[in-house]
Amino acid sequence: MSETMQHLPLWVEILVSVLVVVGALLTFIGAYGLLRFRQFFQRIHAPTLGATMGTWLIVAASMLAFSLAYGRPVLHEILIGLFIFITAPVTSILIVRAALHRDRRHSGDEADRPRGLTDEP
Amino acid sequence: MILPTAIAVGLVLLALAVLFAAIRLLRGPTAQDRLVALDSIYVSCMLILLLLGIRFGHHLYFEVALLIALLGFAGSVAMAKFLLRGEVIE
Repeated sequence: MSETMQHLPLWVEILVSVLVVVGALLTFIGAYGLLRFRQFFQRIHAPTLGATMGTWLIVAASMLAFSLAYGRPVLHEILIGLFIFITAPVTSILIVRAALHRDRRHSGDEADRPRGLTDEP
Repeated sequence: MILPTAIAVGLVLLALAVLFAAIRLLRGPTAQDRLVALDSIYVSCMLILLLLGIRFGHHLYFEVALLIALLGFAGSVAMAKFLLRGEVIE
């Protein structure tokens, strides 16, 4: 532990710890879902847990810890939260569109029935 | 003593998240599965760097995390465009 984080009050340590553990746990659950779900269109939902609540909770923990350790507002971590907030849906939409396109190309002319042809057995 | 323990727990959980996504990356039957796994890996690595920043009380980790967020987004979008059209820039 560095000296800047030594003299945090106890309630700040507890609050930051709770935020860190819950955020990491949500990210872990998202990755576990990514591993366990059967179809691609189920799997794409799981990692968004880490990209939304996981990122925000850990960014909030970082802002809180640095602000109270330095005694002044340290808010630049919110840039990461905002950036992920903007880019995660864009990435998801593009990936799903690519997946639909590839499924349709493999399944002939049934254009309006995305059936998740990329399932594992 | 609470905060280092909590950060160690968080680091273990995030490392397991990277491991699961890496298994999906190696095993995933299609290219889009691997792309989702890569996306999840870069978010988890960014969170690991943020936790290390809290642990060591240094600002440098934040900048690395921001850089990973920027480049990871660019890489995912380029790869999705490639899967969609077969080329990145049309």
